[in-house]
Amino acid sequence: MNRTVFLGTLAAAGLSAGLAGAATLDDVKARDELNCGVNTGLVGFAAPDASGAWSGFDVAICKAVAAAVLGDANKVKYVPTTGQTRFTALASGEVDILSRNTTWTFSRDADLKFTFVGVNYYDGQGFMVNKSLGVSSAKELDGATICIQTGTTTELNLADYFKTNNMSYQPVPIETNAEGEQQFLAGACDAYTTDASGLAATRAAFANPDDFVILPEIISKEPLGPLVRQGDDEWADVVRWTLNALIAAEEYGITSANIEERSKSTDNPEVARLLGAGEDDLGAMIRLDKEWAKRAIMAGGNYGEIFAATIGESTPIGLARGLNAQWTQGGLLYTPPFR
Amino acid sequence: MTIATDPPKDSFRLSMLLYDTRYRALTIQVVVLLLFMAGVAWLVDNTIQNLQTLGKDFSFGFLTNRAGYDINQRLIAYTNDSSHARAMLVGLLNTLLVSAMACAAATVIGIFVGVLRLSPNWLIARLMTVYVEMFRNIPVLLWILVAYAVFTEVTPQPRDFRLTPEMEAAGETPAASMLLFDSIAITNRGTSIPEPLFDRSLGNVSLGLFDVSLDLVALVAVIVAAVLANRALLRQAARIQDATGRRPTTWWKSLLILVLPPVLLLVALGFHLGLPELAGFNFQGGILVSNSLMALWLGLTLYTAAFIAEAVRAGILAVSRGQTEAAYALGLRPRRTMSLVILPQALRVIVPPLISQYLNITKNSSLAIAVGYMDLRGTLGGITLNQTGRELEAVLLMMLIYLIISLVISGVMNVYNNSVRLKER
Amino acid sequence: MSDTHAETVAFVRETMLPQAAPPASQTGAVRWLRENLFSTWVNGALTVLGLLAIFWLGTHLLPWFLHGVWNANSLAECREIIANRWGDEASGACWAVIRERWNQFLFGFYPSHLYWRPILALLLLFAALAPVLFGSAPRQLLILSLAYPGLAYLLLWGGSVWFPISAYLGFGAGIAAFLLLRRAGQSLLAPIVAVLAAVLWWLFLAGPVERGLQSMIPLAMEPVRSNAFGGFVLSITIGVAAIALSLPLGIVLALGRRSDMFLVKALSVGFIEFIRGVPLITLLFTASLLLNYFLPPGTNFDIILRVIIMVTLFAAAYIAEVIRGGLAALPRGQYEAADALGLDYFKSMRLIILPQALKISIPGIVSTFIGLFKDTTLVIFVGLLDPLKGITDAVRAAIEWKGIYWEPFIFVGAIFFVFNFAMSRYSMHLERRLKRDHR
Repeated sequence: MNRTVFLGTLAAAGLSAGLAGAATLDDVKARDELNCGVNTGLVGFAAPDASGAWSGFDVAICKAVAAAVLGDANKVKYVPTTGQTRFTALASGEVDILSRNTTWTFSRDADLKFTFVGVNYYDGQGFMVNKSLGVSSAKELDGATICIQTGTTTELNLADYFKTNNMSYQPVPIETNAEGEQQFLAGACDAYTTDASGLAATRAAFANPDDFVILPEIISKEPLGPLVRQGDDEWADVVRWTLNALIAAEEYGITSANIEERSKSTDNPEVARLLGAGEDDLGAMIRLDKEWAKRAIMAGGNYGEIFAATIGESTPIGLARGLNAQWTQGGLLYTPPFR
Repeated sequence: MTIATDPPKDSFRLSMLLYDTRYRALTIQVVVLLLFMAGVAWLVDNTIQNLQTLGKDFSFGFLTNRAGYDINQRLIAYTNDSSHARAMLVGLLNTLLVSAMACAAATVIGIFVGVLRLSPNWLIARLMTVYVEMFRNIPVLLWILVAYAVFTEVTPQPRDFRLTPEMEAAGETPAASMLLFDSIAITNRGTSIPEPLFDRSLGNVSLGLFDVSLDLVALVAVIVAAVLANRALLRQAARIQDATGRRPTTWWKSLLILVLPPVLLLVALGFHLGLPELAGFNFQGGILVSNSLMALWLGLTLYTAAFIAEAVRAGILAVSRGQTEAAYALGLRPRRTMSLVILPQALRVIVPPLISQYLNITKNSSLAIAVGYMDLRGTLGGITLNQTGRELEAVLLMMLIYLIISLVISGVMNVYNNSVRLKER
Repeated sequence: MSDTHAETVAFVRETMLPQAAPPASQTGAVRWLRENLFSTWVNGALTVLGLLAIFWLGTHLLPWFLHGVWNANSLAECREIIANRWGDEASGACWAVIRERWNQFLFGFYPSHLYWRPILALLLLFAALAPVLFGSAPRQLLILSLAYPGLAYLLLWGGSVWFPISAYLGFGAGIAAFLLLRRAGQSLLAPIVAVLAAVLWWLFLAGPVERGLQSMIPLAMEPVRSNAFGGFVLSITIGVAAIALSLPLGIVLALGRRSDMFLVKALSVGFIEFIRGVPLITLLFTASLLLNYFLPPGTNFDIILRVIIMVTLFAAAYIAEVIRGGLAALPRGQYEAADALGLDYFKSMRLIILPQALKISIPGIVSTFIGLFKDTTLVIFVGLLDPLKGITDAVRAAIEWKGIYWEPFIFVGAIFFVFNFAMSRYSMHLERRLKRDHR
C-alpha cells in the first residue's frame, strides 16, 4: 500500500512536471512575448546599444523564434544573465530560451536537465598573446600567467590542457570580458584565453591589433547553441527547427531580399515546404501556422546574413566563417531535410 | 457597602486565552509558532516540489567530486584533482586571510586617522576629514576596483625586470628593479616576497585536512618558551627589588634568552630565504601575493579604516576633558595619560562599533568576485556552483559558513568587550 | 604725590605708552601658521608630509584632469585630440564618454522621452518626506506621503492608473472593516478581520475591480518594463523601496526582540542575526538563484522585484537594530508612565513609545539607507545594470569606448559622493537637533 502511495506521488509529480514543461509554447503565445536569456553584454553576440535595443548573433535567434511563433520579431523580452545565473533562469522558467553562447556538454544536457536544440556557432578555446613575448605556440606557455573568464567551461579546458601537456600556469580569474581586456593590455597576464571568436572580437577592438597574435592551438571543442528546458519536446522542436530554417535558407539561397519572390516561384519543393508555399503544412506539425519559417527568415535574414551583419568580416568583430560555413562550403552547418 | 471578597474563581473559559493576560502571552506564542512552522513547511514543500519538477535531488555528494579547476592564491595544497570540498576549504581560508589582514590594517590606519582628525594641526585635520568623507560616501566596490586598476596599471610587468644581453651591451638597465637587496619584486601580477626555507627541515606532519610544517611548530615552541623564561627572569628581578630595594640589571639576560634560542634553532635547521627570481614569464621562487589579494585588501582596508576612524574619534571625544586635566594634575605625562587614562575609557565606546566593522570586513570580502580573488564565494559560490549546477546546496552552505564566521567573530569580540567594560559596583 | 616719587626713583613715566603692535610672530598669518601648522616639531613634520602628499597628488592627477576632452565620438578620437593639443606624451581624461552616455548612467535604458517620470518621482519623494524630516513642513503634505508609494509605482512603471488605486482600496477595505467591527464592540477581533479583509481584497477583488475600472475609464500611462531600469534609477528605486518596505518589518522585529515572550524573541533574534551574519551578495544570489525554489512551482516574477524582496529583508534586520537602539534610548519613565496610564501594550507603543523611538532613530535610519544605497551596486552580480559596474561594463563593451577606464568610475563615484555626503550631513544635523530637543 505504501508502495502505491509512493508511486502515486511520483506519477502526480511527473504529471505536474509534464504539464509545466509542455506549456511553454502556449505560455509564450498567451503572453504574446518571448522571454529570451542573453549575455549581459558581449559585442557581436548580444549587447544593448545606447537606446537599450539588443542586437547580435545570439539575439537574432530570439528574434527569429519570436517571429516564427508570435509573428513579430520585436516581441522579445531580453533577460541579461551572467555565467552564474543563466541556468537557473532557464530552469526556473524565467526565460523560455537561453541563447547565450553556451557550450553544449554532456553534463549540461544530462545532469542539468536541459535540451540543446542545435549549434549556432562552432567555436573552440584559443589563446591570445602579445607579439613581443615571442611565443608562437601554446606549448611554449609553461609557467605563464593566463587570464580566464570565470563561470565557463574555459577554466576546466585550460586546466586539462596544461595537465596533459605537463605544464604549469598561474590562472587570473576575471569576471567580465571588459575586465579581462584591461588586465591583458596592462600586461597583468601573458595570455588571454577564451573562445576563439571572443578572442578575435577582442583583438579587433584593440587600438593596435597587430601587436597581438592568436596562437594556432585550439584546445577545446565549443559547440555553442540555444537551449531549452528538458521535457518539453514540442517547444524544443519549435526552437530547433527555427534555427534549422535559418541555416537551410542559406543553403537554398533564400535571403530576406528574395524571400517573397522565392516563395512564389516554387521550383524547389523543399523550399516550398520550408516557406509554406506548397501543399504541405509543416507548421501545423509544430502547432504553428504555415508561414512560420518565412517570418523567421524575414526577421533578420538567413544564417549567413545574420552572421555577416553581427560578427562577420565586414563588422568590427571580423570573424571568418571557418567551421561555420555551410557543409557545401566545407563547413559544419548541415541541417536535416524539411520534409 | 461592598465587602472585599476573593476574586471569582471561575472555571477556565476559551475567551480567557485572548482576554486574560495570564494566558495571552502563551496564546500569542503558540500562534506565532504555528505560523512559523507553517511558513517553514510551506517553503520546504515548495522546494521539494520544485526540485522534483526539475528532476534534481538535494545532496552534498558533489563536494567529493573532482573540482577540475585551478586556484592561483592558496594557503594549503590544492591541485585541480582535489575535490570541491577542498576547493571550498581553500576559498574559506582565503576569505579568512584577507579578512584578518584587512581587520589588522584597518584598525591601525583607523586609529591613526581618528587621532589625527583631532590633531591641532589645521592641515592634517582637514586632510583626514577629506579622507574619511571620501571613503565613507563612495561604495566599497569602487575602491576595490580602483585599487585593482592602480596595481595593474602603475606597477611594472615582470618582463620590465629582464636584462637582455643587448641591453647589457648597450649599458642600459632594466625598466624596473627589485627592492630591498633584490628580495621583493612588485609586479602588476603580484608581489613576490622571499620565502623561508630550511636545509635540514624536520618535514611536515599531516593533520588530515592540511599539512603543518614541523619547523614552524618548533620555532613557535622555542619562542614561546623563551618568552616564558624571560617572564620568570623579570619576576625574579622584581622579587629581588621588593626584598632588597635594588633591581639587578636584566636587559642583557633578557636579550640573550629571547634571541639566542630561536637563532640557534634557525641555524640548526639551516634557515635561509628563498628569493624570487625572474625565470621564464614570471618570478619563480618566493611567495607570490597576487594583485587581486592586494587590491581587495587595500580597498577593504581604506574603506573600513574611514569608519573605524570615526568610531575612534567619537570614542576619544566621549572621554570628558576633565579626565585629561585630572591626569595632568596628577603629573602624568601626555603619553601615559593617553595610555592609562584616555584609551581605556575610550575603548569602551570604540569596541562595539569596531566589532561591527570587523563583521563588515568579513562580509565585504565577498566582493572578491570583482577582482577575481578566489575566496569562499569565488570557489564554492562561484566556479563550483557553476560547474555542478547545485545552486541550492552551494548557496545554503555558503550562507551557513559566513554565518558561523560572523557568529564566531562577534562572540570573541563580545568576550573582549565584556572584559574592558566598566566594572560597576 | 609725584614729588615724593621723584626723590626716590630715578625715572617715572607719567603717561601711558601708545599701544604697540604685537610681535610679528603673534599676529596674522604667521601666528595662524605657527599655531595651526607648526606648533611642535611633530606637527611641523606632519604639515610638511601633508603638503608633499597634496603636491604629489596634484602633479600626478591635475594634468590628467586639465587635459580632459569633452567633444569626441570615440576614445581613439579623444586620444588624438589630446596628442595634438598637449603633445604625444600627454595623458588626459576623455570626458566625452560621459557627455555621450550620461543618460545611461543615470537612467539605464529608460525610454528617453519618459525621463521626466523618474525625475518627478524623485522630486515628489522629497516632498513626501518633508513632513517626516522637517518639523516645519505643512501637515497637509502627509497625504502626499501616504499616496507616494502608489504614485511612485505609477510614475516609474507606468501602466493602468487603476492598479495602484485598487491596491490602495485594499487598505481602505481593511480600515473600513476595522472601524465597523470596533463600533460593534469587537475590538479584539477587529484587527484580525481587518487584515483578512485587506488580504482577501488583494487576492480576489483587486484584479477584477482594476480591470473593470480600466474598461470603463481607460486611464493609463505608457508602461515601462523592469528590464529598462538601470543606472541610478535602479539604485535609487531599490534603495528607497527597500528602506520604505523594511520599516514596518523592522519595527515588528525590534519590538519582537524586546518582547518578554521567549518564542517571539528567539525568532526575531534568529532572523536578525542570520541576515546580519551573511553578506548581501549571498542574499542577492538567493534572490536570483534560490527564490524560485522556495516559491510555489510556476511562480515567476521579475528579478528586480525579487531583488527588492531580498534587499528589504536585509534592510529590515539593520533597521530593526537601529529601532531597538531608539527603544533602548528612551528613558524608562516613558514606559512606566504609559503603564501607569493604564494603556495596553499596543496603545502604549502606538501613542507613547514608538513616536519617540522612531524620532531618535531617524539618523540611524538615514545611515542605514546610505549603506544600502552604496550596496545597491552589488546587483550587477545577479545581472542587473547598476551604475557602477553594470552600465560601465556595457559602455566599455561598445566598440568606440573600449579601453576607457577611469572616467565612468569617477563620474559615478562623484554622484554617489554627492548623494551620500548630503544625506550624512543632514543626518548629523538632525542628530544635533534631536540631542538639543532631548535635554
